[in-house]
Amino acid sequence: MATAGAPSRQPSHQSHPFQPQPWRDRRLEIVLGNLLRAGVLFSAAIVLAGACVYLYRHAHERANYRVFVGEPSDFRTIPGVVHSVINGRGRGLIQLGLLFLIATPIARVAFSVVGFAIERDRMYVVFTVIVLAILLYSLLGSGLTF
Amino acid sequence: MTVLDFTAIVAVVSFAAGLLGSLTGLGGGVVLVPLLTLLFHVDIRYAIGASLVSVIATSSGAAAAYVKEGFSNIRIGMFLEIATTLGALLGAFLATRIPTSALAIIFGAVLLYSAYLSRKPRPSAQRNLPPDPLATRLRMNGTFPDVDGPRCYNVQNVPSGFSLMFGAGALSGLLGIGSGAVKVLAMDQAMRIPFKVSTTTSNFMIGVTAAASAGVYLSRGYVDPGLAMPVMLGVLAGSLLGTRILVKAETKSLRLVFSLVILVLGLQMLYNGLWGKI
Repeated sequence: MATAGAPSRQPSHQSHPFQPQPWRDRRLEIVLGNLLRAGVLFSAAIVLAGACVYLYRHAHERANYRVFVGEPSDFRTIPGVVHSVINGRGRGLIQLGLLFLIATPIARVAFSVVGFAIERDRMYVVFTVIVLAILLYSLLGSGLTF
Repeated sequence: MTVLDFTAIVAVVSFAAGLLGSLTGLGGGVVLVPLLTLLFHVDIRYAIGASLVSVIATSSGAAAAYVKEGFSNIRIGMFLEIATTLGALLGAFLATRIPTSALAIIFGAVLLYSAYLSRKPRPSAQRNLPPDPLATRLRMNGTFPDVDGPRCYNVQNVPSGFSLMFGAGALSGLLGIGSGAVKVLAMDQAMRIPFKVSTTTSNFMIGVTAAASAGVYLSRGYVDPGLAMPVMLGVLAGSLLGTRILVKAETKSLRLVFSLVILVLGLQMLYNGLWGKI
């Protein structure tokens, strides 16, 4: 909070290049960046595992995506995906990996709420909670969860 | 075509798109949907679903590398994400309601605009702009490392940047792309954010924006596992390799070739959309 007005202090600010606020922001960003990469690699590994099962079983069938029919509910909702993973289906595993992938940036926003709270930046806690609420509304309202 | 052949070819094409997209900074997602629909005759809705998922992967995968450079501004990003996620919700809502030929036409227009933008010189770096009261209140001004030490910048025109970002989010949700072109317009041109800061910050935002519409696409059955799998893995591998070799590569002629590809794909999408072939 104390540094809030800093940028309005005219050109002389070049003599204090690293104010506390950008520095703490940077540490937060590095943590978040690593979190994102870990999330992506984790979900890519699950997708790859699903790909092996799927290709092993269906390699010689015909691929046809010309006509849009939409996915069956097993690949459209979280309970459906979990159900098909339990039944050992490769495509269910791929969808599970994709769900983790979608969750990764959402986790980043959730962690940012904590980060801004630690910095006692109330304004940005509010902004980040708004973004998180929009994301959760999209997931819950889309029918993904049932 | 058998599933195995299809998967292998789509993975290779996606790898190339991811590699070229990250080397040229133009993004691989924008060429994926036209390639899948024009070359592989995939229904545009499946193509958009697969592309959207791959956009999340590349954005999040590159974030760690970008953060290390110290350019991105987390406050600008978070504030503008309110606009892009709301836009993405609207885009995903519209995508399920408008005809596919209209989607193709909008896509073609965005491609042509991206091609035009990629040939335009970057806006000159801002020097000593006065601090804007709203941007100062929102604590958006910051510093970034320059050749002669850290440099300060003052963000301008927050309201127009915010509304343009809503449009960028809507396009992202509608077409399953990162819509880097509109983001450049909002952050470089309107808000006068230095180029390096705006590209790295918008990369951070792309994943969150795409996540806002991905849930809608998945639940509507637009994300096919058999198609999304090779696209996502291919683009991710290509873009990760691209960020590794970026330092050594000569990107100028590559950029020209890639923007020509975007131009041709844009014309094709327009043609197919207008004649109702998609």
